[in-house]
Amino acid sequence: MEYVSLFVKSIFVDNMIFAYFLGMCSYLAVSKTVKTANGLGLAVIFVLLCTLPLNYLLNKYVLQPGALSWLGPQFAEVDLSFLSFIIFIAVIAAFVQLVEMVVERFFPALYGSLGIFLPLIAVNCAILGGSLFMQQKDFVNIGESAVYALGSGVGWYLAIVMLAAIREKMAYSNVPKPLKGIGITFITVGLMGLAFMIFMGISL
Amino acid sequence: MTLKETFLQPLFKGNPITVLVLGICSSLAVTVTLKGALVMALSVTVVCGLSNLVLSLLRKGIPNRVRIIVQLVVVAMLVILVDQILKSIEVTFPIDKQLSVYIGLIITNCIVMGRIEAFALGSKPLPSLVDGLANGFGYGMILLIVAFFRELFGSGTLFGLQVMPAGYITNNLVILPPFALILIGCIIWVHRSVDKELQEK
Repeated sequence: MEYVSLFVKSIFVDNMIFAYFLGMCSYLAVSKTVKTANGLGLAVIFVLLCTLPLNYLLNKYVLQPGALSWLGPQFAEVDLSFLSFIIFIAVIAAFVQLVEMVVERFFPALYGSLGIFLPLIAVNCAILGGSLFMQQKDFVNIGESAVYALGSGVGWYLAIVMLAAIREKMAYSNVPKPLKGIGITFITVGLMGLAFMIFMGISL
Repeated sequence: MTLKETFLQPLFKGNPITVLVLGICSSLAVTVTLKGALVMALSVTVVCGLSNLVLSLLRKGIPNRVRIIVQLVVVAMLVILVDQILKSIEVTFPIDKQLSVYIGLIITNCIVMGRIEAFALGSKPLPSLVDGLANGFGYGMILLIVAFFRELFGSGTLFGLQVMPAGYITNNLVILPPFALILIGCIIWVHRSVDKELQEK
């Protein structure tokens, strides 16, 4: 039950896009058509789901204050948490590179649809942000961190597909010239964010 | 391009937020107060300027295939530096916990990566430094404009000092994150009605 509550909460209440604005750059840039939005969204879910539990383990057994105590009592005082940014981003960048190579070699069809988005994801703030929020939230076990990763990814996916659908329709409407393109997109995302506010404060 | 043009370009014609649409990710959540926006703007300016300088110095020695990792390592190092400096002055100058997550997210801030890719890897060190700093200022400028309106109408204060007359009822809509997006949409609107060249077809 706790897992279900965490899952729903991370999709709707703590939505990466509408509550924290993470991954906004690729969100705005790649949401012109539903097809590409779909590809990027799936890639984000996948990478989040794989890197976040990995970073959780690193955080728990290497980076936290006192995390190295399993090496022996003399390491109990070591605090490596200042290294977390560089370790997290290294894990993410390395993982994305690895996934790209594996997918290219074994799943050429998938590579055709996901491939071009994978390099973009290494610098997507939603991925690094997920790891940094995980560090703040103090999850008790790896299952919770995986559920949180899946929920955040699905939330991001929903948000980008919704925006892409709206933008496809908006191409036919008569928008004031200076607002055309990116301006009206900002306002649309703002209004969608307001709608998502109804989930605020819901706890299951 | 002369140094002066390099400096002025990112402030208006090539503003990273309103024209290039880069660095939106970590910018919007820090604009609830002017203080948060200022800390964020300064941090990004420092990281962007220095990372442009360092990578411009290294540009001839980096193999093309591994350049993303090299860039990330340099940027991450600079961000750790900024983060540690902010932590060391925390006693006299407290910042809230949420902001520290966004400081970490400067690593993946598209402005920093974008400027390295688009400018620093193909230019001499001095113009790269100027370009990085100017992009930081252009980013900071928009951040401060947004934060000004959000703090003034959302809390009735500026830099924590009461400005609105007593009895002003704070507008909670302005504090909510989506309002920052709508505000930036309006800034783009104003910017593009003045500068017609930037309008999209």
